[in-house]
Amino acid sequence: MMRKSKEKLPNLAIDLAGISLRNPVMVASGTFGYGEEYAELLDLNRLGAIVTKTITLKPRLGNEPPRIVETASGILNSIGLQNVGLNGLIRDRLPFLKKYSVPLIVSIAGETPEEYVQLAKRLGREEIEGLELNLSCPNIKYKRGLMFAQDSQATHRVVSRVRKATRLPLIVKLSPNVTDIASLAKVCEESGADVVSLINTFTAMAVDVESRRPILRQITGGLSGPAIKPIALRMVYEVHKAVKIPIIGIGGIMTASDALEFIIAGARAVAIGTGNFVDSRIPIKVIDGISEYMIKHGIRSIESIVGSLKCPKS
Amino acid sequence: MVQIEAKILVNEKVGPERHKMVLSAPEIARQANPGQFVYVRVCEGYNPLLRRPFSVHRAEGQKIEILYKVVGRGTEILSKKKNGEYLDVLGPLGTGYRSSSATSKISDVILVAGGIGVASLLFLAESILLANPELSILVLIGAKNREELLCAGDFKRLGCRVEIATENGTKGYRGLASDLLQECLPLSGNRAKPLVFACGPLGMLKRVEEISKKRHFPCQVSLEEHLACGVGACLGCVVKVKGSNYTYKRVCRDGPVFDAGELVW
Repeated sequence: MMRKSKEKLPNLAIDLAGISLRNPVMVASGTFGYGEEYAELLDLNRLGAIVTKTITLKPRLGNEPPRIVETASGILNSIGLQNVGLNGLIRDRLPFLKKYSVPLIVSIAGETPEEYVQLAKRLGREEIEGLELNLSCPNIKYKRGLMFAQDSQATHRVVSRVRKATRLPLIVKLSPNVTDIASLAKVCEESGADVVSLINTFTAMAVDVESRRPILRQITGGLSGPAIKPIALRMVYEVHKAVKIPIIGIGGIMTASDALEFIIAGARAVAIGTGNFVDSRIPIKVIDGISEYMIKHGIRSIESIVGSLKCPKS
Repeated sequence: MVQIEAKILVNEKVGPERHKMVLSAPEIARQANPGQFVYVRVCEGYNPLLRRPFSVHRAEGQKIEILYKVVGRGTEILSKKKNGEYLDVLGPLGTGYRSSSATSKISDVILVAGGIGVASLLFLAESILLANPELSILVLIGAKNREELLCAGDFKRLGCRVEIATENGTKGYRGLASDLLQECLPLSGNRAKPLVFACGPLGMLKRVEEISKKRHFPCQVSLEEHLACGVGACLGCVVKVKGSNYTYKRVCRDGPVFDAGELVW
């Protein structure tokens, strides 16, 4: 009996450009701190991977509060990359995370391509499984007013330079605040990225009508949560048609069904973001729910349904 | 910190828009300290999306109590919950009042409560008196009017001296709890400096901080902020604290209780 039930267990493991995930469910940068904050609430080793809060070369103070507003089925945030900095991460945070077997991906951001290179080089000496280039934070000031991810030449410059500086699997996080996200994804692929993750948050705002002031101190922030899921899904679908490299689908995933939509549309893995704030058990529920779905539909391996969307013939 | 399905034992109206909820939550009751909070998911759907934070009003045996005011959709939904229903509750969260110097019998204690802020202070008074029954506690409770006044009887039963302030003067002193603090201080005589603990609207806390600072009274305040994760991960709820220049602390994890002196007001 035991063997029979074991044979039926679906295979959720997936390879993401050399990173072996025990399942395709990760936690997204900026929503899971440095892992420690959630360790009491769920077994970190059950996660597909952890992506840390974005790290910069020097610690950053972040933006003036108010930094968050709840909106319809979503949250606006303007944290402004508050983080402990590269040395703080290596000295104070990585030792804790190394106690776990969960793959660790460090998200990095710089003001110049050179800063990304420095971060990548130093982190190449640590026991981590991958790097995510955050080219798409909407809450910091950029020299030319645009995020790297909004400019294909800037994207190319950063990605190609970091590619030369590290052998770690390289994930590039894309911004939805562009006209054609697929073309940006193609630039990443051609510049040597191993994976693209999408989407980061939408630039958005909220107004207090009594005072007629913007609620966020920075006026605008990034919108996340279930409100953005259908747009994120459309973008994953478009990027999947445009590139061959794997995609991490992110945007308002709250349930296994949400995650499966992304996987069917072309994501090889997914990440839970805002959902972690609502219920810390969501990543585990999503993993278990995907497993149940696979059993129900007789799917042996998750790999077999990645990008399996059945579109009507035009 | 645990995340549990807590059964609602009582959910009753205790004043205009004010409710008390008793939950079966043994683990949280065991772990909770005064000033900490629980983070409650009021519905399964996405409206509202985020949990709602409530100070632990009491923790005894297997049960915790929260005292809340209906201010929006989240608390509106909560107020309609029936006994026997279950709620997804995360807690206890945050860093509460640090009262060890009070319990070591050094000084008297003054609690200043504004509006629904009274919720966390009853738990504090109970806990201080449990450790040091001899201690004298003065409680200043402020409310808009007589109807909205909460917990005065509870504090009296504990043996605290209670003074009331209402904004419209329908009961006690006419004004804010912080004005009452200013009025009461000359009466406290030449004894050791009292410890001041305050919870209420930001304006009142500011005033309490100014009064305490002038007299060099140690003062702790409990802040209210919009939270997202509740566990210190998202950095959404930060407040400015003094540093070489300044830095930020998280209301949900480093607070909600802070030494008044460390905050940039």
